[in-house]
Amino acid sequence: MAKVLMKGNEALGEAAIRAGCRFFFGYPITPQSELPHYLAKRLPEIGGVFLQAESEVAAINMVYGAAGAGARVMTSSSSPGVSLKMEGISYIAGAELPCVIVNMQRGGPGLGSIQPGQSDYFQAVKGGGHGDYRLLVLAPASIQEMVDLMGLAFALADKYRNPVMILGDGTLGQMMEPVEFPEMIDPDKLPSKPWAARGAKGREPNIINSLYLNPLELEEHNLKLQAKYAQMAEEETRSESYYTDDAEIVLVGYGSSARVCKAAVDQARQQGIKAGLFRPITLFPFPKAEIQAACRQAKSVLTVEMSMGQLVEDVRYNLEFKVPVHFYGRAGGMVPTTRAVVSKITELVQEGGRSA
Amino acid sequence: MLQEIILAGFGGQGVMSMGQLLAYAGMEENKQVSWIPSYGPEMRGGTANCSVTLSDTPVSSPLIDEPDTLFVLNRPSLEKFEGNVKPGGLLLLNSSLVKVEPQRTDLRVLKLPVDNLAQEKFGNSRVANMILVGAFVAITGAVSLDSVVGALKKVLPEHRHKLIPLNRQALELGVELAQS
Repeated sequence: MAKVLMKGNEALGEAAIRAGCRFFFGYPITPQSELPHYLAKRLPEIGGVFLQAESEVAAINMVYGAAGAGARVMTSSSSPGVSLKMEGISYIAGAELPCVIVNMQRGGPGLGSIQPGQSDYFQAVKGGGHGDYRLLVLAPASIQEMVDLMGLAFALADKYRNPVMILGDGTLGQMMEPVEFPEMIDPDKLPSKPWAARGAKGREPNIINSLYLNPLELEEHNLKLQAKYAQMAEEETRSESYYTDDAEIVLVGYGSSARVCKAAVDQARQQGIKAGLFRPITLFPFPKAEIQAACRQAKSVLTVEMSMGQLVEDVRYNLEFKVPVHFYGRAGGMVPTTRAVVSKITELVQEGGRSA
Repeated sequence: MLQEIILAGFGGQGVMSMGQLLAYAGMEENKQVSWIPSYGPEMRGGTANCSVTLSDTPVSSPLIDEPDTLFVLNRPSLEKFEGNVKPGGLLLLNSSLVKVEPQRTDLRVLKLPVDNLAQEKFGNSRVANMILVGAFVAITGAVSLDSVVGALKKVLPEHRHKLIPLNRQALELGVELAQS
């Protein structure tokens, strides 16, 4: 298929359809509304269901229901709307159901702004709702990668029977880049889901539930979930290393911040500074071995994000505090400029990478 | 080749479409391209801008701090972006609406009264933006005029395709004015 120029939000919608998603439940919010807008037109064309629910809470519970019935199902929102979905997400994770949740982050906290943000990192990777659960979190940095990761998101959701989040931001949702789509997956030809609740004629009923009144059983259930997260850490980490082989300073960023970092690395290299970029693509599981390899020779590390310091905590933790990890962040919908990142790099290199 | 462009004006002047047109034209030529709008609670009559990158190599960041080229369609946009243009960069100005002089002396400046020109020559002020795009193409050669004309099919909805010849004339006028 030829390349088309498309907005991130719309490309995600088409990618979901290509991945076999036929059910979408959501509620509009800037800066992701083009996604439901696109699917409202597109899903009925191919026999799918688009439903604008009365609220985010209703939408996520519709996702819970459709996932329980074995459908490939998705919802999307932006920061405040995703907060509203958290109870349902915890239930879906507890009931071990596959689904895809898109968060096109905006500035927070509270209603915040409608401009891009990355301050939902903790919410996305540390749980967000109640209980010991994790989402598998994918962080694309280009429109093509958004499309590629959408197919992966549905596949991983099914593989682990776990909700998968695509964590983007307003910039990625609004920008246009050329993109190529994969072939359409026929949802009827996907592997069957024998656990799904879609009529129990002639067999024992399947129960979709997250309530365990027996504490011993619930503990066992938790251990099973933890084993699943450990398997994700073994098998699913993804990342990109850009000029890290000889880098004295390694930048770390995800999503659109990583794009700014890439431009900053290019400029720093032109000035003769050995800079590189490590970009986690899976935020949970975090690519620990990969970041350690990328920063092996680094004198310092600089984390850049559109928040007041969230990713930076995982960077320090996963580097086991062996390298000084510095931080540069903007918040509230402000986006780091390449110039500011380059000047931070220059400053750190002049200091010789000491002190964090 | 790396050409970073900011286009700015009032909502309704067509800055978003101009940017998309350049991005599509670049894509037609197998260049790496990106387009990103300012978005916010703005609407027709408010200020709007978008950033476009045309490049031979993958676009590192679609966000542009220091453009090679700045399109200014109204006065607030000149005040907002003039200071950011790269030294030696190009400033394309709609002098029908911008009555003040640019402060920078290190830029290549082309002032064209495109609103008046579009009205006088074509009886349609809505193709004013195309005159500036034509001038840009003639000066920078970042994309060819043919690619831009081809991209009109992508940017204009089907029921507006009858306006392609008019847009083409406006583009050609821009080329002519830039060369003279």
